[in-house]
Amino acid sequence: MPWEGAGFVLEVDGITKRYGDVLACDRVSFTVAPGEVFGFVGANGAGKTTALRIALGVLSADAGAVRWAGAPVDHAARRRFGYLPEERGLYPRMRVLEHLVYLAELHGFDVTRADGDAERWLSRLGLREHRDTEVQRLSLGNQQRVQLAAALVHDPGLLLLDEPFSGLDPVAVDLLSAVLRERAGAGVPVVFSSHQLDLVERLCDRVGIIQSGRLVACGTVAELRSGMGSTLLVEAPAAASGWADGLPGVTVLGVHNGQTRLRLAAGVDDQPVLAAALATGPVRGFTHQRPSLAELYREVVGDGA
Amino acid sequence: MSPARAVWLVARRELRTRLRARSFLIGTAVSIAVLVAFVLMQGTLFGAERATRVGLVGQATAVAGSLTEEALARGLEVRVSTVRDPAAGESAITDGDLDALVTGTPAALHVVVDESLDENLRRALNTLVQREVLRAQLASVEELDPDQVLATVADATVDVRSLRAPDPSHEQRLALALVIVALLYLSLLLYGTLVAQGVVEEKSSRVVEILLATVRPWELLAGKVIGLGLVGLAQLVVVGGAGVALAVFAGVLTIPSVAVGTLLWGLLWYLLGYLFYASVFAAAGSLVSRQEETQSVLLPVTSVLVLAFVLSFGLLTRAPNASATAVLSVLPPFAPILTPGRMALSAATGWQVVIAIVLTLASVVVLAWLSGRIYAGAVLRTGARLRLREVLRRH
Repeated sequence: MPWEGAGFVLEVDGITKRYGDVLACDRVSFTVAPGEVFGFVGANGAGKTTALRIALGVLSADAGAVRWAGAPVDHAARRRFGYLPEERGLYPRMRVLEHLVYLAELHGFDVTRADGDAERWLSRLGLREHRDTEVQRLSLGNQQRVQLAAALVHDPGLLLLDEPFSGLDPVAVDLLSAVLRERAGAGVPVVFSSHQLDLVERLCDRVGIIQSGRLVACGTVAELRSGMGSTLLVEAPAAASGWADGLPGVTVLGVHNGQTRLRLAAGVDDQPVLAAALATGPVRGFTHQRPSLAELYREVVGDGA
Repeated sequence: MSPARAVWLVARRELRTRLRARSFLIGTAVSIAVLVAFVLMQGTLFGAERATRVGLVGQATAVAGSLTEEALARGLEVRVSTVRDPAAGESAITDGDLDALVTGTPAALHVVVDESLDENLRRALNTLVQREVLRAQLASVEELDPDQVLATVADATVDVRSLRAPDPSHEQRLALALVIVALLYLSLLLYGTLVAQGVVEEKSSRVVEILLATVRPWELLAGKVIGLGLVGLAQLVVVGGAGVALAVFAGVLTIPSVAVGTLLWGLLWYLLGYLFYASVFAAAGSLVSRQEETQSVLLPVTSVLVLAFVLSFGLLTRAPNASATAVLSVLPPFAPILTPGRMALSAATGWQVVIAIVLTLASVVVLAWLSGRIYAGAVLRTGARLRLREVLRRH
């Protein structure tokens, strides 16, 4: 098979999809390299699912292209993708092991390999005792684990996961994080969407923020931060309120317990701030805080999102 | 992976899931039970054309032999018995032990019945009475032997020329035709509906998104249709085979070769009809996303099937050879049910069968193509029920 193995780049190039008057995707472009974990964040209805389904090829775009390993995604390429849909996508009355074997066979595995790999993923994801249970009889968390196994069972060369962490308990979250890093380590590009921004920040090499169908920011978290300035926490107990007003490039975010939170615009020197603080009396603390992805997200998307 | 393997994998899943399901085993068992009941009922009905019991009192006992003969000539089996006196006879009628009590002399018979007299029995008795009166009249004429005259009269009958050789097995053929029509109707309805439900199940559970990431829409559809069709075929073979074997064993069926022929043609027509209807059922199913909506979207299709069944039943019973029946029997929606029924009655000519098969096959090709298009356009679009025009326009 031409797509055997990992190590290929996924390129999403200007995909656009319109539903009636709604632009679900507006010229969305991003690239995911082998071994990279790419996080897709955005509000409900922002277009994450549409973008992922177009990347997978189950939905056709009105414009734009998706390439894998340099060629447009075709049926043979798609068979090497692992996909986790946003909602449950399993036969409710099928037994877990049987279901995974069936999917692996559909992806071209012979029955021996399908069976072995299905068993391996079941034990890896803690589902061994449920192998002969009907999917519909499992708890929602366990159904999600089966769904993950379904995306992983055929050893895909690309992972496209829509909200893989939803409904998982903390143990399962750690388990899945480890699995995703491991797959990336094996040279597989991993794309997933999530609402859990701390998780995305911890796990992803790069992040794309999508709003109303447009990719409004894309890059490593550090890159996103670089354009954003930083947050400064100054502890000056003797300072009167308003001490930092008027400093160029500085916005006061709030005062709490003698601590003043300041936003420093990108490229602004922090030493004049320190000087102004010292002028009010003793300074007990002067700390740079890197904005979290959640703060970056709010900054990029605005309060309306 | 080749398309054939993908289709086979999908079909195999359907086969495994269905054959293992308890509903399949129960359904097959119930079908066989219903067929057995039908066969046994048929058996008792044939055997149970029980004789009409006639009690004879006094001089009337003299007509015992001729009454039985005359009644039989009119297709009525009569068992006569002698009754002591009219009173005993009447109470036997009231108790239901006798159907009629005949008293009086052969030339002036009186009949007592519970409610009404069987028309054939009435005519038989009238003939007897009239013959006795005639004999008495003839006896008064000189130089005439009344018995000679009556014998001469009895010998004078019409000469009948049949255009077709009488078919002594017509009743059995009709029963076979109706059974195969009912079996085909039920199979097409059940497995067609299962195809639609399967399509909706995959849509509503969203499993189709995962499946279509690895198989093409037509492969998924073909696999589902083939898998369920094979399940239906297996069920028809089991139920039909058991029915034929049982009927022959029970002595109800004396034309086993016709029965086997009807079953084999029935299987072929099941396949043709199933491909025809399953295509339509699948396309209809792909338009909705929830099981609750399935029935309403299937209604037009099931109505056609019901119509085909009702029409076939009526036409086969009343006018299997009529030209209107022949025309209907080659039309694809009706052919799979009506034509095998006509074949069981040997009412269909060879070329009618050929036309029916060709037309059905041609429409299957068109419908399969159309259904594939509708399915591919609709299967990933969940939510509200889709309109046919909308789906076709998108492609």
